[in-house]
Amino acid sequence: MAEKKIRAMVAKPGLDGHDRGAKIIARALRDAGMEVIYTGLRQTPEQIVNAALQEDIDVLLLSILSGAHNHLFTAIMKGLQEKDMAQVLVIGGGVIPQEDIPNLKQAGISETFGPGTSTETIIAYIKDNLPS
Amino acid sequence: MELIQEALKGSERAIARLITMVENEMPSWRETMRTIYAHTGKAYLLGFTGPTGSGKSTLVDRVAHLLCTNGYSVGIVAIDPSSPFTGGALLGDRIRMREVVTHENVFIRSLGTRGGLGGLSQATSDVIKILDAAGKEFILIETIGIGQDEVEIAQIADTSIVVSVPGLGDDIQTIKAGIMEIGEIFVVNKADREGADHVVTMIKAMLDVHPLSDAWQQPVIKTVATENGGVDELYENIMLHRKYLLKSDLLAVKRKERIGREITRLLERRIAQYVHNQMKEIGSLEDLVEEVTRRETDPYSCVDRLLPLVEKK
Ligand SMILES: Nc1nc2c(ncn2[C@@H]2O[C@H](COP(=O)(O)OP(=O)(O)OP(=O)(O)O)[C@@H](O)[C@H]2O)c(=O)[nH]1
Ligand SMILES: [Mg+2]
Repeated sequence: MAEKKIRAMVAKPGLDGHDRGAKIIARALRDAGMEVIYTGLRQTPEQIVNAALQEDIDVLLLSILSGAHNHLFTAIMKGLQEKDMAQVLVIGGGVIPQEDIPNLKQAGISETFGPGTSTETIIAYIKDNLPS
Repeated sequence: MELIQEALKGSERAIARLITMVENEMPSWRETMRTIYAHTGKAYLLGFTGPTGSGKSTLVDRVAHLLCTNGYSVGIVAIDPSSPFTGGALLGDRIRMREVVTHENVFIRSLGTRGGLGGLSQATSDVIKILDAAGKEFILIETIGIGQDEVEIAQIADTSIVVSVPGLGDDIQTIKAGIMEIGEIFVVNKADREGADHVVTMIKAMLDVHPLSDAWQQPVIKTVATENGGVDELYENIMLHRKYLLKSDLLAVKRKERIGREITRLLERRIAQYVHNQMKEIGSLEDLVEEVTRRETDPYSCVDRLLPLVEKK
């Protein structure tokens, strides 16, 4: 029997056209032995949820640029729940205003990592927090 | 099993979970595939192969979009290489599949090659079967063209489409002898770039065309996938080839050959895994290596010594 591979998806909801951070984390996860689905920019919450469902991912990393996107994350979390994907570990990364974090966590995001967090920290968090 | 029933009815969650199960060869995968198998054989399979960055995903997106528009339900299997060192993979084909995701009834799954013991071809053909059983009428398979994989994947498809692009040099490493025989439709993508006509001429020169025979004449089609250029022509030729295979009964012949290869491959894998496990149990490999290093024996004689031990049981 082969070992179950960790499948992660890196997505960037919203319309900002920047994905350097998302690409760096995607590569780091790959180098840590994961299979990383990268969907590119400008995905709607519905498309992200749909891809998560079809790819049967274990982890979803959402690249966040500002708190203005709170409603997108809420939509994604709701979509995951509706599609019976509530077990997916959802992590947010980027410049997140301190005051938004409680709301994001309440919506179901497990953890947020600010800019400058080492990729090792994120990888360790994923490995420690995935349901076995 | 309930999951199988749900997948057969088209539940995406069930299809996705079955694929994970089978891809990881979880304990009941063989049992699952046995049940699934009875429901397969209906989908038509299109293989897209070609070098990195040649525009395979973009082409798959456009062709799949046309299929959807014509009322077909579509499955896509997109394969990217896994690192042989870490086992990780970056699966980025979805980036270019922007048009097709707006349709319902499209299921896209990205796979890493993972490697080892013919695993890619088995996982790929199992994933295809799950999508087939779930009612997808056309399944598009994207693979990078590297060595053995591209040949195997081409054998998995009913229509194999070989993608090349201008600017890869005259010796055309990308259009190797093997692939010329496998391709049923040739696409020269990025025809907006200089040199496309030259590539078309070269491919045509390499093809064995007999204008008067009623065998399939492999078309060479120029496309600009990003602008939708030539995609209609590609689509038409796919449908023509399908019709040709159906009418000439060659589809049945092709599929029988595929079944034969699959039985052989499954048997080979079982034997390979068995040998692997037995070797672990015998556990004297390190001692043998030492003996060979000291030149007291040689690898060939070692195999003669191991064979009876492996065969036992
Ligand atoms: N100029 C031009 N660019 C194209 C064309 N088709 C695709 N591209 C671009 O080529 C790049 C690679 O396209 P993909 O569809 O990802 O190619 P691919 O063969 O799937 O790549 P891999 O999966 O990485 O092997 C993208 O930036 C596309 O936008 C074309 O006809 N003309
Ligand atoms: Mg691709």
